[in-house]
Amino acid sequence: MFGIIGPDGAGKTTLFRILTSLLIPDSGEATVLGLDVVKEFKKIRERIGYMPGKFSLYGDLTVDENLSFFASIFKANIKENYHLIEDIFKDIAPFGKRKARDLSGGMKQKLALSCALIHKPDILFLDEPTTGVDPVSRREFWQMLERLKKQGITIVVSTSYMDEALLCSRIALFKEGSILSYNTPKEMVSSFENTLLAVSGENMPELLKMLRKISIVKSAYSFGAQHHITVEREENKGESDKVENRENVGNGNNIEKTNREIKLQAVIANVTQQLQQMGASSFTIKEIEPTIEDCYLELSSVK
Amino acid sequence: MLRYLLEKEFKQFVRNKFLPKLVLFYPLLMMVLMPWAANLEVKNLRISIVDKEHSAASNALINKISGSSYFSNTLYAQSYLDAMSHIESQKSDIILELPLDFEKNLVNRVDQEIFIAANAVDGVRGSMAGTYLTSIVKEFSQEYMDTGLKAPGIEIISLSKYNPAMDYKLFMVPALIVLLLTIVVGFLPALNIVAEKESGTIEQINVTPVGKYTFIGAKLILYWAVGFVVLTTTLLLSKYFYGIEPLSGYARFYLLSYLFMVVVSGLGLVISNYSATMQQAMFVMFFFALIMILMSGLFTPVASMPVWSQTITAANPLKYFTDVMRMLFIKGSNLGQLVKEITILAGFAIFFNFWAVLSYHKSS
Repeated sequence: MFGIIGPDGAGKTTLFRILTSLLIPDSGEATVLGLDVVKEFKKIRERIGYMPGKFSLYGDLTVDENLSFFASIFKANIKENYHLIEDIFKDIAPFGKRKARDLSGGMKQKLALSCALIHKPDILFLDEPTTGVDPVSRREFWQMLERLKKQGITIVVSTSYMDEALLCSRIALFKEGSILSYNTPKEMVSSFENTLLAVSGENMPELLKMLRKISIVKSAYSFGAQHHITVEREENKGESDKVENRENVGNGNNIEKTNREIKLQAVIANVTQQLQQMGASSFTIKEIEPTIEDCYLELSSVK
Repeated sequence: MLRYLLEKEFKQFVRNKFLPKLVLFYPLLMMVLMPWAANLEVKNLRISIVDKEHSAASNALINKISGSSYFSNTLYAQSYLDAMSHIESQKSDIILELPLDFEKNLVNRVDQEIFIAANAVDGVRGSMAGTYLTSIVKEFSQEYMDTGLKAPGIEIISLSKYNPAMDYKLFMVPALIVLLLTIVVGFLPALNIVAEKESGTIEQINVTPVGKYTFIGAKLILYWAVGFVVLTTTLLLSKYFYGIEPLSGYARFYLLSYLFMVVVSGLGLVISNYSATMQQAMFVMFFFALIMILMSGLFTPVASMPVWSQTITAANPLKYFTDVMRMLFIKGSNLGQLVKEITILAGFAIFFNFWAVLSYHKSS
């Protein structure tokens, strides 16, 4: 399962439309299943499933008719491939005679997924499948994807929700049409290069302005009820090699940890002092673990 | 593959709340109402007469006028101004003023002038009223002379070939079929394709192995079938309502109608390729439909248009098919006599469909 993570307008849908052979790229080339998206689009179309972000099945056909229509144009046998969609389709099967446009949002989505899967595609493209879906259905949907993954179907999914990124095997952070970085979610987080601090206190807007004036603060942004600031770990970098060496020795681990702790305290003290100079009174600063969202914000501010 | 697509198109068509009704009622409405309403025959003319003399001769002329079938209502006015007020209040279409010495001059065989003033706001009505009135007055003076002295005269007997009763309905029915086919077979499938574009379903189809031509082909086949229903309904209605049938027989009628359907559906496809929304497509179609219908000779004869506009009508497929339909219905022409029109229509069919194919590739 490959996740493409990016904000609205990053070009996720455009990328999907190119990969599914709906759009001819102005330049560059792309291959899907080893097939060129421009020259061999016919072969690609037989082997992929695509579920666009917007519901685009026939609203005036019933649930059953939609499914059998999409099965028949792929020359697929519903019975043969029913095991693939059974999990998903069993919820909407009782509404088989209902017109697709009269289904609820979540059911529409299940039907769309069933129709995209009925011909047993090698790759399934899902363009923002959970945008505008309630949290319960969202969780359910990702559980369904998890099961599909186990059935051996490659899934390419795009989303602008960072929490969903953690559920993918690999993710790519996408902005303005280019991939900023791609890795597994875990490594993505651990490759975060700077020290991340959370600042909270009274008069948050004022605090943010002050934080941005401090020279060692690389970036400052509000994150929920707190402000996140990143501070360059420049001075640590030179020592990182030594860290590994010492870890091998085994005993040095503790020394290094305290070393890092001291550096961190120094940074916090530095920021605290500068804030106080600018007139801020009650606030707290602590170090936190970065999330995917922090990675994204950091990467996109660099470029 | 095509079979499944056809099945889908058919289901969607039948389930539509509006389309099946349109296909049944539109021909009915057109055939039952339009031949009566879209009628350029001038009837119910009204005349105001200013008789200054009140003699036997002037009375005889007035009786002849009010007794004729052309004028349904005769008003009497004291003066020209009085008569003008009739025209201004739209009670009258034309004024006839008889001079004081009308009878005397007539008896003495002195040339005299009679004043006629026609309301030209509605040009056709005014000029027709003028023509009718002149012919009545001429006939009257002829008769008046005959009573005295027998002079050799020339009588003209006119015969309207192909449409002896000069029935306007016979002229309109074939033209209305052109209108019906343009809307049902030309515009409906195009709107259908744009609707799929708008709802995004066309994308869902595009990622499947369904070929472009199969997809559009299924739609065209459906609407060509619908065209057959429309044609047959219209024929039955015109036969039982007006007793009008294509003189050339049904085979030629259906054959050439299908040629025209290929032309208009091609035009519709071109429009659908360039429109992203139904609204856009509707406006473009409305724009073209209006121009093509007004310039097709459907209501006003092409031959009486100025030369520049006749040149434009040469590029209007509706014009050729209107001609073809009238010749099939009224004259009973055979295919050989229609070679020119058929060739041009076939040219349009190739042109529009070729353009549709090219422009489709561009937009994908």
